[in-house]
Amino acid sequence: MESGGHSMNRVTITAHDVAKDFNRRQIFRDISFSLSLPSSLAITGKNGAGKSTLSKILAGLIGSTRGSITYTLNDKQVGIEKFKHSIGFVSPYLNLYDEFTALENLQLLSRIRATTQQNEGRMKDLLSLVNLWQRRDDLVGTFSSGMKQRLKYAFALLHNPNVLILDEPTSSLDEEGIEFVQRIVRQQKEEGVLIVATNDKEEAGWCAKEIHVGMPER
Amino acid sequence: MNFIVSTWAIVVKDVRSELRTRYALNALLMFVVTSVATILFALRDDELSPEILSGMFWVVIFFTAMSGLSRIFVSEEERGTTLTLQLVASPSVVYFGKLLFNSGLTLILSSAVTVLYVVVFPAFVIKSPLIFGFTVFLGSLGFASAATIIAAVIAKANTKGTLYPVLSFPILIPLLMTVMKSTARALDGELFTAALGEFQILVSYLLVMTAGSYLLFDYVWKE
Ligand SMILES: Nc1ncnc2c1ncn2[C@@H]1O[C@H](COP(=O)(O)OP(=O)(O)O)[C@@H](O)[C@H]1O
Ligand SMILES: [Mg+2]
Repeated sequence: MESGGHSMNRVTITAHDVAKDFNRRQIFRDISFSLSLPSSLAITGKNGAGKSTLSKILAGLIGSTRGSITYTLNDKQVGIEKFKHSIGFVSPYLNLYDEFTALENLQLLSRIRATTQQNEGRMKDLLSLVNLWQRRDDLVGTFSSGMKQRLKYAFALLHNPNVLILDEPTSSLDEEGIEFVQRIVRQQKEEGVLIVATNDKEEAGWCAKEIHVGMPER
Repeated sequence: MNFIVSTWAIVVKDVRSELRTRYALNALLMFVVTSVATILFALRDDELSPEILSGMFWVVIFFTAMSGLSRIFVSEEERGTTLTLQLVASPSVVYFGKLLFNSGLTLILSSAVTVLYVVVFPAFVIKSPLIFGFTVFLGSLGFASAATIIAAVIAKANTKGTLYPVLSFPILIPLLMTVMKSTARALDGELFTAALGEFQILVSYLLVMTAGSYLLFDYVWKE
């Protein structure tokens, strides 16, 4: 994080009347917003309101039922497959491989991503940032949930993403972990796009804008 | 270029994962040993025709491959790494990476079964090695291709593993019939040209199955 710095492209993410149904049950509808850097958006709502679902849709991992998301990179509209490489995502639904060590996970995944050179220096910086450098050669399967959460941050930041999406950002983290998340958040919202899905008021307060998801009570 | 690098990186990941967890390899090994042993006890003293031997040969490969290869996407799904993989790779990269891995595994499997059959059954004499080699090679790739897309479908279904051989059977009938016929020719010692028709079917099967799967995969993979 501190070293290397962000080489930011101009990016925008725009949601046009996005709606999602699961098995004909409406989860949310009419979600519209536009984000360009630097900016920050909190996605809030009750349990089951669709915060995680919306963040997966924004990251291009699942489709919306209606509406669309458009992405631009340096003022040119691009498809999600191209834009993906500008997204970092921390989520309870994104696990790393238990049978590999912390360092191997970062190496294998960045090799699959294949956009940038393997950058061992950056891996070291990030693993130190999340305080896992000493444990880099231990299998992730032996990690505690807080350590796994820390490693997810190293994975999410590996490719210097313009857009950082955090779903339940401080889940399982201790005080020190929450501190480094706050540092990452501060830097990201000044230099890039930050999206935080949370039902914690304090975490929502990290962001300049807030969008509430969920259907009205019947 | 990036496409090839990424695809290969998926294969490397899966091979290393397999070497650590031995998930598919163990399943394959158990299946091969138990099924060949069963066949051996049942048929040891019979005079076996090339047709029966060829059928027995592919039955073992069919069930073993289906049990071992079905895991390739379920294992990602179960451990919640599917989305991670989706985030770093495009669907086509994932598809071809998994296809390559499954193809390699099936080739290893069919070579092992071949060796086992030659050793265990005195009547299993490969009189036309060229026909046999082509058949096993093309047949294994065809199996792997069909198995990969079915595995992707299964991973998103609720019933997971049990449905697998059932679902794959109709898709694999044309392949099974062709490889059995062609293997019987190899055991009979026929000329290479006699099996050209079967090779054409096998190549077409492989191409059609792979192209179709590639087109279908986007929809299967991305809920
Ligand atoms: N794959 C799925 N199939 C069916 N329903 C789902 C699926 N994923 C999420 N849901 C439903 O969508 C709603 C929103 O879920 P989620 O986005 O995880 O909520 P949140 O993160 O706001 O707590 C929930 O009611 C959940 O049951
Ligand atoms: Mg959630």
